[in-house]
Amino acid sequence: MHEKLIFEHSRTGRTATAQFPAAEAADIPAGLRRKQRPLLPEVSELQVVRHFTRLSQLNFSIDTHFYPLGSCTMKYNPRACNALAMLPEFLSRHPYAPEATGQGLLGCLYELQEMLLEVTGMQGVSLTPMAGAQGEFAGVAMMRAYHQSRGDLARVEIIVPDAAHGTNPATATMCGCKVVEIPSLPNGDIDIDALKRVVGPATAGIMLTNPSTLGVFERRIAEVAGIVHDAGGLLYYDGANLNAILGKVRPGDMGFDVIHMNLHKTFSTPHGGGGPGSGAVGVGKRLLPFMPIPVVGTQGNQYRWLTEKDLPQSIGRLSGFMGNAGVLLRAYIYMRMLGRPGMQRVSEYATLNANYLLARLKAAGFDAAYTDRRASHEFIITLKRQSRELGVSAMDFAKRLLDYGFHAPTTYFPLLVPECLLIEPTETEAKEELDGFVDAMIAILAEASSDPDKLHSAPHTLPVRRLDDVRAAKQLDLTWKPAQA
Amino acid sequence: MPFIPHTDADVRDMLATIGVPNIDALFDEIPSSLRCGVLACIPEALTEMDVGRLMQERAAQDGRPLNFIGAGAYEHHIPAAVWSIVSRGEFYSAYTPYQAEASQGTLQLLYEYQTMIASLTGMQVANASLYDGASAVAEAALMAVRAHRRSTSARILMPTTLNPVYRQVTRAIAGNQSLNFEMLPYVPGSGTIDATALDKWKGQDVTALVIQQPNFFGQLEDVDALTDWAHANGALVIAVVNPTSLALLKPPGEWGQKGVDIVVGEGQPLGVPLAGGGPYIGFMTTRMEHVRQMPGRIVGRTLDLDGKPGFTLTLQAREQHIRRSKATSNICTNQGLLVTAATIYLSLVGPEGLERVAAASQARTRELVAALTKVRGVRAVFNGPRFHEAVLTLDRPVGPVLEALAVQGIVGGYSLAEHYPELGNALLVCATETRNSNDIARYAAALASLLS
Repeated sequence: MHEKLIFEHSRTGRTATAQFPAAEAADIPAGLRRKQRPLLPEVSELQVVRHFTRLSQLNFSIDTHFYPLGSCTMKYNPRACNALAMLPEFLSRHPYAPEATGQGLLGCLYELQEMLLEVTGMQGVSLTPMAGAQGEFAGVAMMRAYHQSRGDLARVEIIVPDAAHGTNPATATMCGCKVVEIPSLPNGDIDIDALKRVVGPATAGIMLTNPSTLGVFERRIAEVAGIVHDAGGLLYYDGANLNAILGKVRPGDMGFDVIHMNLHKTFSTPHGGGGPGSGAVGVGKRLLPFMPIPVVGTQGNQYRWLTEKDLPQSIGRLSGFMGNAGVLLRAYIYMRMLGRPGMQRVSEYATLNANYLLARLKAAGFDAAYTDRRASHEFIITLKRQSRELGVSAMDFAKRLLDYGFHAPTTYFPLLVPECLLIEPTETEAKEELDGFVDAMIAILAEASSDPDKLHSAPHTLPVRRLDDVRAAKQLDLTWKPAQA
Repeated sequence: MPFIPHTDADVRDMLATIGVPNIDALFDEIPSSLRCGVLACIPEALTEMDVGRLMQERAAQDGRPLNFIGAGAYEHHIPAAVWSIVSRGEFYSAYTPYQAEASQGTLQLLYEYQTMIASLTGMQVANASLYDGASAVAEAALMAVRAHRRSTSARILMPTTLNPVYRQVTRAIAGNQSLNFEMLPYVPGSGTIDATALDKWKGQDVTALVIQQPNFFGQLEDVDALTDWAHANGALVIAVVNPTSLALLKPPGEWGQKGVDIVVGEGQPLGVPLAGGGPYIGFMTTRMEHVRQMPGRIVGRTLDLDGKPGFTLTLQAREQHIRRSKATSNICTNQGLLVTAATIYLSLVGPEGLERVAAASQARTRELVAALTKVRGVRAVFNGPRFHEAVLTLDRPVGPVLEALAVQGIVGGYSLAEHYPELGNALLVCATETRNSNDIARYAAALASLLS
């Protein structure tokens, strides 16, 4: 299947005039005027609809395929959340319209803040960060602001385990901090001795995901918190894996001072082919004054935005208005539909699915990276043995899975586990879907012995075969150019 | 159980396979002292019908007032086809196209988007999006510091005609990396950058000059002269632009003798609803020579094993998942779904449609300014050409007037009291092609009766 570029459907003078207002004279001085029209396609409405519908059909998605992408929580996105967040009154609201005309929306956001406080055990929530990485930025910036407010200017080191998401060290750099990496033990836990060696008067804090990106719960978290706090540092919780512990254990109770939540993971707002996300942050008491603004507050029986006037020590604004409001509404609707018991069921069934899938894959001859550990909501299979014995890589498995109609798990992350697949089934997948995935893995393992080339050259059934990434980076073709007439 | 498909029999089978007696046993690695109790503050579950009723009530509470605010977010007509396609599950529920072969739809769309936005801004390359216009300015400032190897000052000249919230966001995001932001004042009569203020920086190490066109007041800056000044003084130029305006206005790639170096802006006007402030789209384009300093995802066209063209994420060595602490930015998830909307929007309106939207918006604002300045006590503040926004002053404080208008279902503009107190009782107003003469007359009449 191949779809031409939209520009190749274009013909000079073709238009979709139902979408045009009447032509009017523009009042632009000659020197400031555009002389040549931009390269936009001239196509009919049907051509647009057909083109982009066809493009959509070239994608794998949660709605069409099992999508066990580890660390991404690709669970079902309920349709009601989209439909109700797109009610015309919400869509047409200008962010600067007076608060009196936005009490319905603000009420939803306030209640969302309250629910997030409850599930995280924190003391304050700001919804404004627009994705997980911006939530991380807010968190580390708050830690830095806290130390600076105390005149503790030497605290510029952020400790990050070697298994951390790449966003963690990148965030520390953006906040003007220095990254100190510590190793993980062979059982997946943090190396406590290494932690003790690196903490000190320069420690601003530590960034942790728990369960970690290794798919296991950090059992000595209370001890870690004690060590970092005793050294004068703060604890940052990367909420990428919150789905694993929702309603079971709260970051605030584990000793974390600040967390970000990926509402597009745990609270099922759409991933959208790469966003929008939402990286709401929660803070403990010490960081309350530093939260990014605006935050929804109350005054009498009215809701209003709290700004720099209310939070003069805030790290400031991170978005043009107030973050991804439409995403927040979807998360709110999802949480209301789950309710109290539903919130706990999320982690229970996500964990059940992950452990079931792990047990079946182990029985089928695959190696778990952490054999004696309980899986959290995700787990790692290492294909190191198959790679050595059969000459097939984790990437070969991933590409061949596509032929079997499954989106590949996350590959080659975390970086410290060789030939790994990080698999996260989520709670919304049925047992028979998981069984189908195991069947495919068994079939691919058999092919790896009998016909390894089938894996090396996979995928075979998709719109394109394996793509030349080296060529893409060397012979850069980033925009289409019309053929020279 | 909402959204969980397991039957009792499934659960029994699965637990037996795992070899544990119950689900709770799967959490036995969490120390019991840390386990939380009932989440008392979470309300009981609602059915879809009940949550539907709740949301309808909340929406009705807010209503649909007649809007005359722009200030960085603009109410344009969005063709029905845009969100009907964007809401397709294949776009809505896919993720970042890490598995290129299973994501050709998203990847090709991003390549088409990069082509359109690069051409619209007159630049060579674009990324696949940043969060929004404000954070895009911060990323552009950081990128300029990386790209300008001869400049060591990390000094960014920011005019006060740049959206004040963009200035705040840029400080909040880029300030931690020791950038120096210097303000440039505006000329009171024209509401544009005071070029004489640039003299102070002549011969000094300036990393970049930021120019917003049209500026926050809606006024048009002398972009050619400003760009040439910056280049003559060894500084890069960061343009902050409204994409709709570029159908009519000279693209930043053609400003001055050489064109600007980095272009950013808010892509919301291109098919994205106001939606209370987001999600929107930050766009960024640049010259090819700076592409490796650009943050965010970039899609390239390449060939597959059979020599057939296909699309993939490229230049990933800039990004956090490869380069970690040395990445160009920490950005990961961006605004993919909104880029989908913008690409479909630009395809539907095409070059002529976008020109007409821009011209009609400018005409409606002209009409609005004419109608409102006929009201006693209202006058326009700045002279000179503008796009589709204007600053007006009232003969009394703006806040209470806006509140009184809101009671009548009119959102009358954005008060400049907080950010520009020197302008007195000033108000920024906007009308796009979605406002008609009746709407404008209704606003003018309401204002006249309030000010009488």
